[in-house]
Amino acid sequence: MKARVWAVLGGLIFALPSISGCGGGSGTGAKAVTVKGSDTMVILGQRWAETYMTEHPGTRVQVTGGGSGTGIAALINGGTDICEASRPMKDKEKEQVRSRHGKDVKEIPVALDGVAVYVNESSPIQALSEPQIKGIYTGKITNWRDVGGADQRIVAYSRENNSGTYVFFKEHVLGNEDFAREIQTLPGTAAVANAVAKDPASIGYGGIAYATGIRAIAVRRDETSEAVHPSLQTVRSGQYPLSRSLFFYTIGEPDGEVKTFIDWVLGAEGQKICEAVGYYPLIRK
Amino acid sequence: MRSGGVLSSNPEMTVIPVPKANFTGALGDRLASVLIRGSAFLAILSLILIFVFIGKEALPILTSPEIQKEASLSTLFLPHPAKPGARTEYTWQPVSEVPKYSILPLFVGTLKVTIIAVLFAIPLAVAAALYTSEFAHPWVREVVKPAIELLAGIPSVVIGFFCLMVLAAWLHNAFGWTYRLNAITAGLGLSLAVIPIVYTVAEDAFSSVPQAFREGSLAMGASSWQTAWRVVLPAAMPGVLAACVLGFGRAIGETMIVLMASGNAAVLSLSPTDSIRTFSATIAAELGEVVVGSAHYHVLFFLGASLFILTFVLNLFGHWWVGRLQKKLQGAS
Repeated sequence: MKARVWAVLGGLIFALPSISGCGGGSGTGAKAVTVKGSDTMVILGQRWAETYMTEHPGTRVQVTGGGSGTGIAALINGGTDICEASRPMKDKEKEQVRSRHGKDVKEIPVALDGVAVYVNESSPIQALSEPQIKGIYTGKITNWRDVGGADQRIVAYSRENNSGTYVFFKEHVLGNEDFAREIQTLPGTAAVANAVAKDPASIGYGGIAYATGIRAIAVRRDETSEAVHPSLQTVRSGQYPLSRSLFFYTIGEPDGEVKTFIDWVLGAEGQKICEAVGYYPLIRK
Repeated sequence: MRSGGVLSSNPEMTVIPVPKANFTGALGDRLASVLIRGSAFLAILSLILIFVFIGKEALPILTSPEIQKEASLSTLFLPHPAKPGARTEYTWQPVSEVPKYSILPLFVGTLKVTIIAVLFAIPLAVAAALYTSEFAHPWVREVVKPAIELLAGIPSVVIGFFCLMVLAAWLHNAFGWTYRLNAITAGLGLSLAVIPIVYTVAEDAFSSVPQAFREGSLAMGASSWQTAWRVVLPAAMPGVLAACVLGFGRAIGETMIVLMASGNAAVLSLSPTDSIRTFSATIAAELGEVVVGSAHYHVLFFLGASLFILTFVLNLFGHWWVGRLQKKLQGAS
């Protein structure tokens, strides 16, 4: 009994410096960097962390997902060093950081991503225009016949509204209109990709990195423009209509281990991993 | 730690029977009983505190004029036009230029999936319990009983994943429904979580029917089937009913399975092949992102409070009904 109490107390005493080290960002003992946020970026973040940790054995980088909103909330509450977000932070959220921590939030673009629109591999649809995609997700188009497919009801999948991809899609494709009520929402891009892979009459959207086993269609900006497939060239050049930046956020200028990690991510090696995972490295000027 | 100290003083009392030790033993006993009573009250207290917390966060819907501009009881329960001039409808669309918080689609969805799950799980679980307690060979029972009870140990997220990947595909191929993820798929998944609970409690109820009942019935010339159906089942009815109420409560609050397998579209319809969105899945999906103190935040807590009250009333009703049945049975015997 007593031994157990001492063990617990001992554990606490050892744990304390590392906890305070995390919060202050200037710990001397354990070097740990926590990264939390976007589900779209979690694979990318984990690959970065793995490679970084093999090269810097003294540092532990911990990556968790949950959604951009969850990551931003954690950053505001001081629960993470770096927040991964697949959408820019809102002014209201930046204001919360400022009032909570007395420092401005630092926005660091780390990679580029295109939001792909998926259909089942057996679907005859090759390309859709942005207005058509908007029509499908706002409930004005409900049959594949109306966009050049078979006479079949469209089953559209979306992400839950805590996802950065959801917000990006709502703002860029729907012009901030509401999703139709019939749109099914699933937790995570992997679940959406999986559902689309199983149902020939379905459509979904998500990061391009997830697009295996299903087909990402080409997107036209409007009815008359050329259909563009999501790819490295088209996302980088801005030709592909549904592209976006992926961000790291920190409170104030990053320092210490956090800075070393971010510099490494932005360096040649980190950016090479972007490409390996299926995202696009930043444009070097 | 403190309870550990008290417990360790008890054996001392039994080993050394001197008056002084007896005295500390009596003190220890009293302390222990206080602690045990205290922990029982602690459970109730924490339940009350949880409810107070949820209720406090839900209350601004009823009291704060600021919040009521965006979400009041009328927005929650009455239909509203999506745009000025459009026809009125029940819509759950909290992330929007004009947030819409109609909880009716969520309520219907929750009830729909729960009823499907219960309709499927209860007959199956009660029949299985009757079989294992009345008909099965002892060795069959030794295998089947723990196997079903083990089902309760499967994390619900695993069941949800199974529904999303496998069950939905089977049902979709077999019946060709428009929506692959719908109330039936989620309901069947839910029933996997409900069956072990109903089974375990019902099995206990059957086993605790006095052996004399069965012997009497068999001695009167009834077959073992007649005995099980007309004697054991009615005698165990209060327990079976309690099992059903527990199962219903589990089904209505279960989150992960419905979040993954139901499609989560807040459509107001009675068709079981439409997608549904439940209270619990809505809370789970949206509370992570919501701005603390916003109308959306308070509405989510209102959903939580409703769920809490719903299960509470249901359990209360179940309790009352079980009690009535018990009294009736005792009166008859």
